[in-house]
Amino acid sequence: METIKAMTGDEVAAETIRQINPDVMAAYPITPQTEIVQIFSEFVANGLVDTEMVRVESEHSAMSACVGAASAGARAMTATSANGLALMWEIVYIAASLRLPIVMPVVNRALSGPINIHCDHSDSMGARDSGWIQLYSENCQEIYDNLIQAVRIAEDKSVLLPVMVTFDGFIISHGTERVKILEDEQVRKFIGKYNPRYPLLDIDNPVTYGPLDLFDYYFEHKRQQVEAMKNALDVIKKIGGEYAQLSGRSYDLIEEFGSPDADLVVIAAGSTAGTVKGAIEELKEEGINAKLLKIRAFRPFPQDEIKQSLRKVAVVAVMDRSASFGAVGGPIFLEVRSALLDEERRVPVVNYIYGLGGRNIGIEDIKKVFQDLIQIKKTGKVKNLVNYLGVRE
Amino acid sequence: MPSLKDLSKKEELFSSGHRLCPGCGAPIIVRQVLLAVDTPVVVGCATGCLEVGTTIYPFTAWKMPWIHNAFENAASTISGVEAAYRSLKRQGKIDKEIRFIAFGGDGGTYDIGIQSLSGALERGHRFLYICYDNEAYMNTGIQRSSASPRGASTTTSPAGKAIPEGKTEYRKDLTQIVAAHNIPYVAQASPGYYNDLMKKVQKALSANGPSFINILSPCPRGWRYPADQTIEIAKLAVLSGFWPLYEIENGKYRITYKPRKKKPLKDWLESQGRFRHLLKEENKKVVEELQKNIEEKEKKLLALAGENA
Amino acid sequence: MKEKGWKDVPLGGLILEAGSAKEYLTGTWRTFRPILDEKKCKHCLICWIYCPDSSIIVEDGKMKGFRYDYCKGCGICSTECPFKAIKMVEEAKYKAEKEGEKQNGNN
Repeated sequence: METIKAMTGDEVAAETIRQINPDVMAAYPITPQTEIVQIFSEFVANGLVDTEMVRVESEHSAMSACVGAASAGARAMTATSANGLALMWEIVYIAASLRLPIVMPVVNRALSGPINIHCDHSDSMGARDSGWIQLYSENCQEIYDNLIQAVRIAEDKSVLLPVMVTFDGFIISHGTERVKILEDEQVRKFIGKYNPRYPLLDIDNPVTYGPLDLFDYYFEHKRQQVEAMKNALDVIKKIGGEYAQLSGRSYDLIEEFGSPDADLVVIAAGSTAGTVKGAIEELKEEGINAKLLKIRAFRPFPQDEIKQSLRKVAVVAVMDRSASFGAVGGPIFLEVRSALLDEERRVPVVNYIYGLGGRNIGIEDIKKVFQDLIQIKKTGKVKNLVNYLGVRE
Repeated sequence: MPSLKDLSKKEELFSSGHRLCPGCGAPIIVRQVLLAVDTPVVVGCATGCLEVGTTIYPFTAWKMPWIHNAFENAASTISGVEAAYRSLKRQGKIDKEIRFIAFGGDGGTYDIGIQSLSGALERGHRFLYICYDNEAYMNTGIQRSSASPRGASTTTSPAGKAIPEGKTEYRKDLTQIVAAHNIPYVAQASPGYYNDLMKKVQKALSANGPSFINILSPCPRGWRYPADQTIEIAKLAVLSGFWPLYEIENGKYRITYKPRKKKPLKDWLESQGRFRHLLKEENKKVVEELQKNIEEKEKKLLALAGENA
Repeated sequence: MKEKGWKDVPLGGLILEAGSAKEYLTGTWRTFRPILDEKKCKHCLICWIYCPDSSIIVEDGKMKGFRYDYCKGCGICSTECPFKAIKMVEEAKYKAEKEGEKQNGNN
C-alpha cells in the first residue's frame, strides 16, 4: 500500500535510506545535503534503523569508512555535495576500483571557487570518469525510486560498481513535492539481502584488498571495470522493469517526453528536464511540436538509446549545467555529439550551458532554446555552437 | 607473556617472501605484533613501505583479511570495517570476536593521516593503530616527515652549505598528541624490546576503545647503517633517551623500561649516516641543543609518570 | 608465471590466496648467508624473534636452521645471537665452495 507524503528532496533521501536500512552510514555535513544526515541521525537516535552511523571528520573519511565497511561485507552509504565530493575524489575512484556496491546521494551543488552553495552539475560531472554509475533524478519521486533501484543495480553480480544518485541542490533538495512511498517491507523485499563478495569479516577466507598493482596487471583490472559499465546498461533496464512491476513507475536509461515524432529535441538532465517538460506543454498549445530526451543514466552513457531517440530529428539542443573549461562545450553535449558521429544523417547539435552556480532557468528560457532550434532548422545555419544561457554579457 | 619457545609454536599470519629491504624494522615489528594477538584480526594498512613491500599483485604476505585503501586513511578505513562489525554483530549476523589493527608509517600517521587518525580516536572505535615510525617518507625516497628528528639529513632536508644542520625542526610528539585524545591505551615501543612490545599490544587490544602504539622502526637504507644493526639501533634509541618506552593506561603514565646503563646521545648520532654531518665542528651547537632537548623531554616524562628526575 | 587476461583474474585486484608471497623466493637477493654452529646454539630463539623474513626454522622449540629460500642475508640473527652461533659467509664464495665439493665428489 503506497502512501503519499509531502517531502523535500533531502527528506525523501533520508526516508529512502531508512527503508534501505544500510548496515553502515558515514555522515559529514555539507549544504545542501545536511538535512539528509540530520534526519537520518534522528532515525538512528530513535532506534528506527539498524544502521551504525559513523560521524566522520571529513568527506574523505566518509568515503574511506564506506570503503572499509563495504569491504568488510556491510551495505554502506553516505551522501555529499560539491566540495565534499571533490574532497573524497581520491577515494571515490578507489571505491569503484575495488568493485564495492556503495550507493551515495549527491545533492548537486557548484564546485568552488568562488564558493557557491547553489545548484549546478559541476560536482557529479567532475566525477564522471571515476567509475561510478551516475543516475540523475528529475524530482523527489525519482530520488526515491532511483535510490531503491541503485542498491540492486550496484549489487548485481555482473556490475558490482558504486552508484551515485544525483538531485539538484535547493531546487529539489529543499523543494516540497508529492512523493509516493512504498511500504518498508516492499522496499526490503525489492532490495533483498546483501550477499557481499569476499567480505573482510569472513575471517576463515582471508583476502587482500588493494594491493600494489603494477603495469603487469593494472590495465586488466581497469578493463574489468569497463566491462562492468557495459553490463550496467542492461542491468539498469532490467531493474527498471522489475521496479515498474512493484511501483507502477517504469524507468529506463533515458526518458522521452512530448511528441514522439517531433523533430526539435532538447536534451537535459536533472530538474531542468522538468522545466523542459513544462515548456513543451506550452509550446504544444502554441502549435509547436517538441520533444525532451532526458538523460537518467549518464554513466554508463546510453549511446544506443540516444541514437535511437534522435534518429528522426532535425535539430538537437543539449543543455549542460556544468562547463568543461577548455573543452568545446559541456560534457553531455560532447558525448551526445560523439555518439551521433557514426549516424548516416548529420544533424545539427548545439550546446546551451546554463544555470551555473544556481542561476535560474525557467520555461521562457527553454522556449527561447526551442525558438533557436526552429531557426536552425529553417536556415540550416548554426550561429553559435556553444551558448551560455542566462549569463549577463 | 608466553616464552619465545611457546610463541614459536604459533602459526604466523605474516609470511616470508615479502619484498621489504633486508634488515627492515617494519616486518620485525609486524611479526612481533601479530605474535601477541590471540583473536582473529582484520588488518588495514596505509600506503607506504609496509603496504607496498608486502602486497605486490598477485603476491600477498598477509594471511588474515587485509585492506589497503589510500595513504592518509588507514584509520578511517578501519573505522568503517569496525563499524560494519559492530553493526552486523548487533544485528546478530556475526558472532565471532574479531579485533582490528591499522598499520601506518610516520608519513601516513603524523602528517597526511593525522586528521583521519584523530577522527577515529575521537569516535571511540575499538581498534589498535600502530605507527611504524621510520622517521621519513621512506617508500618514496627518504623525504623528511614531521617525525624526522632535528638534525637528520633527508632527501628534502639535506645537510648543505647554507643549511649545514639538515632538518632544522624538532620532530612532532605524536604520542602526546594521541594521548590528548584521552583514549584508554597509548604507548611507545621498540622492536629491540620484544617482550615490552608484545605486552603493550596485548594491553592495547584488551582496551575497550581506541588504542595506539608508536613503534620505532629503524631503516637501514634511510638512516644509513649496515642492515645487521637494526635491532642494535632499536635498542640504542631507547638507551640514549631518544625513544623512551612508556605507556599511558587510562590517563596514568608509566615508564616501562629504565635502562640500567644509559648511552650518550653521541652514540646514537654516530651509529647512523643520516646524522654524520652533525659530528662536524659547525654543528657542535646543534648537538648540544639536541642533548638538552632529550634531557628536557625525559624530565617531562618523569614528571608525568609521577617520578622525580 | 604466465600472465592472466582480464577475464581470468578476480575483480578489483583482490588477492584471494592468503600468504601467496611465499611463492616469491627472496633468497635470491642474498650476498651473505647465515651459517649455524649447532654446537654453540642454545636455542634461545632470539634469532627467530628478530628475523624480518621469518627465515629461522624452529621445530618443537629448537632452532633447526635457516629458510634459505627466503633469507635475505641481512645478518641481524648473527649480530643478535648471544652465543655467536651464527656467522655470515659470502654467498658467492659459499656457492663456489659447494660447487667445488660437488666436482670433487664426482671425480
